[in-house]
Amino acid sequence: MSARTLFDKLWDAHQVKAETASTPGVLYIDLHLVHEVTSPQAFDELRSRGLKVRRPDRTLATLDHSTPTLPPDADGKRPYYTKEAEAQVAKLEANVREFGVDLMGWDSPQRGIVHVAGPEVGATQPGMTIVCGDSHTATHGAFGALAFGIGTTEVGHVLATQCLLQRKPKSLAIHVDGALQTGVTAKDLILHIIGTIGIGGGTGHVIEYTGEAVRALSMEERMTVCNMSIEAGARAGLIAPDETTFAWLKGRERAPKGEAWDRAVAQWRTLPTDEGARYDREVRIDASTIQPSVTYGTHPGMVVPIHAPVPAAADAVEQRALDYMKVSAGKPMTGEAVDVVFIGSCTNGRLSDLRAAAGILRGRRVADGVRMLVVPGSEQVRRDAEHEGLHEVFRAAGAEWREPGCSMCIAMNGDLAQPGQLVVATSNRNFEGRQGKGARTVLASPLVAAASAVAGRVADPREYMTQEAAA
Amino acid sequence: MSQTSQPLTYVHSRTAVLRNENIDTDRIIPARFLTTTERTGLGKHCFEDWRYAADGSDDPAFPLNQPAARGCSILVAGHNFGCGSSREHAPWALLDYGIKAVISSEIADIFRGNSLKNGLLAIVLSEAEHRWLLDNPGVELRIDVAESTIRLPDGGSIHFELDAFSRHCLLNGVDQLGFLLQQQDAIAAYETLTEKAA
Repeated sequence: MSARTLFDKLWDAHQVKAETASTPGVLYIDLHLVHEVTSPQAFDELRSRGLKVRRPDRTLATLDHSTPTLPPDADGKRPYYTKEAEAQVAKLEANVREFGVDLMGWDSPQRGIVHVAGPEVGATQPGMTIVCGDSHTATHGAFGALAFGIGTTEVGHVLATQCLLQRKPKSLAIHVDGALQTGVTAKDLILHIIGTIGIGGGTGHVIEYTGEAVRALSMEERMTVCNMSIEAGARAGLIAPDETTFAWLKGRERAPKGEAWDRAVAQWRTLPTDEGARYDREVRIDASTIQPSVTYGTHPGMVVPIHAPVPAAADAVEQRALDYMKVSAGKPMTGEAVDVVFIGSCTNGRLSDLRAAAGILRGRRVADGVRMLVVPGSEQVRRDAEHEGLHEVFRAAGAEWREPGCSMCIAMNGDLAQPGQLVVATSNRNFEGRQGKGARTVLASPLVAAASAVAGRVADPREYMTQEAAA
Repeated sequence: MSQTSQPLTYVHSRTAVLRNENIDTDRIIPARFLTTTERTGLGKHCFEDWRYAADGSDDPAFPLNQPAARGCSILVAGHNFGCGSSREHAPWALLDYGIKAVISSEIADIFRGNSLKNGLLAIVLSEAEHRWLLDNPGVELRIDVAESTIRLPDGGSIHFELDAFSRHCLLNGVDQLGFLLQQQDAIAAYETLTEKAA
């Protein structure tokens, strides 16, 4: 057989029926993750046709988007933002009961953002195809799984048949050479990549991230990188599995055990791209030149190194973005006054992200007038962080320590910014109004976000990092 | 409710134009309206934060609020339309608003797939053809699905790419879930083969 890429191998292994000129292929899905926002209409569709969920054992649901991040009151009543949000959660709870699907619900110690909790419980494994009605499903590609977001109609297709009708996308390799500097994170790397290839740069493609700098990333950092593949237009991002992957996964609840584990690892070792395999496109990035990076406009491709001047608007649309953000071309983003800092999301809501932020905040205070929200990505992240005392660091600094959920990333649960407020956010989208009508979002790493909270303006974290934190 | 959409053979309308590039799904339907558990009724919130003034009245600065754009069912939009989230609420909102076809020089993958599954034509044209349409709002077009052509007012026509399966589904209102359900034997055989190997 000719040399194949990781993507080719994943694709080939899941073909129930190959595509032809007149019909797309039938692609088998190993794991279907479900949440409350994009599933109710799909369950209705099954019900109206008298269909069952074909493989409840390959389906896993959680509550994350519409859920409040403030605790329940004394009577156990949760402070939902709206009646509709509460009804939507209740509907998923009813649907999983009716259709026999596992739910990491309110009473589960595993509940969390779908792209944080899925990997944590070991449901996400190399070699799988994984889908969810959520564009950040690309996150799971960090394990060498082909993972992508789908719409609600397709959620219904997978519930009923465990398959999707798909044509094979093109492949794009992004080779990242060299090493990231101290204070430069996986978030800065992916922001830099999106800034380089553009927000449509990956459209029609599946990205594979390769190279020395990618191999050096931890699993959590790899998830941050793959998570934002969709922000470059790519439905999926992949990183080949290796010892880092296996070590992270071993022993997790849903991961294979005993001999099955050994067989699985042997299989996973065959997944990386073969020598001589060809990609449709290749891009090379030098990690050593990347600086802490932030967005300055209204999409994730409008990125600058933190001390670099904001570029002049190329056209009226870009000028409108600068006007909306109230930033001036020619000036760097450092020094822009900050109103809100948000640490969390499926991009940067994991334990290592909270540790990084706490490292800067320890012994310091959030600047006067700045509201800071820290939202762990899952119950597991919350427990681990509290075990280490990180919640005390955040609270002592004046930040709010919340319950897990998507929170201010998508701002549909009531965690939102006011019109005109500038939010430094560790999430993934800075679209107009994303974090509340009129809110201005600056995407950044947890280090930049924490430093900005302390400074009260967009700030370079390296000015706040002790040698210990930098190590 | 059924996923089987009405057969769509052609769209005949004047065009409304939104020149902005990178119109994302949050712009099309802000996240705060995603708590619905229905597919219907989202048209009134389509472009919500763009189309209404602070007092809730129509903002005349929003291009689709201009008299010439009213009632148009073909939307010509700037490059990379529909980027961002996978929310199918975006095509649901556009359809409910009255849009039947979106034309751009690039359309985000997930949005395009969602649109075609709901009977919303998502058409990608070359930059030159797209630019002409952007620069000539209000032209009357007749989009023929079977031919994959757009007839221009001067009688000329533009061909667009539409894969054979999507075309077949649009023309016949074919239900893709029904198509997949017919593959049950092949799916079961695949499961037997792969799960035995594991």
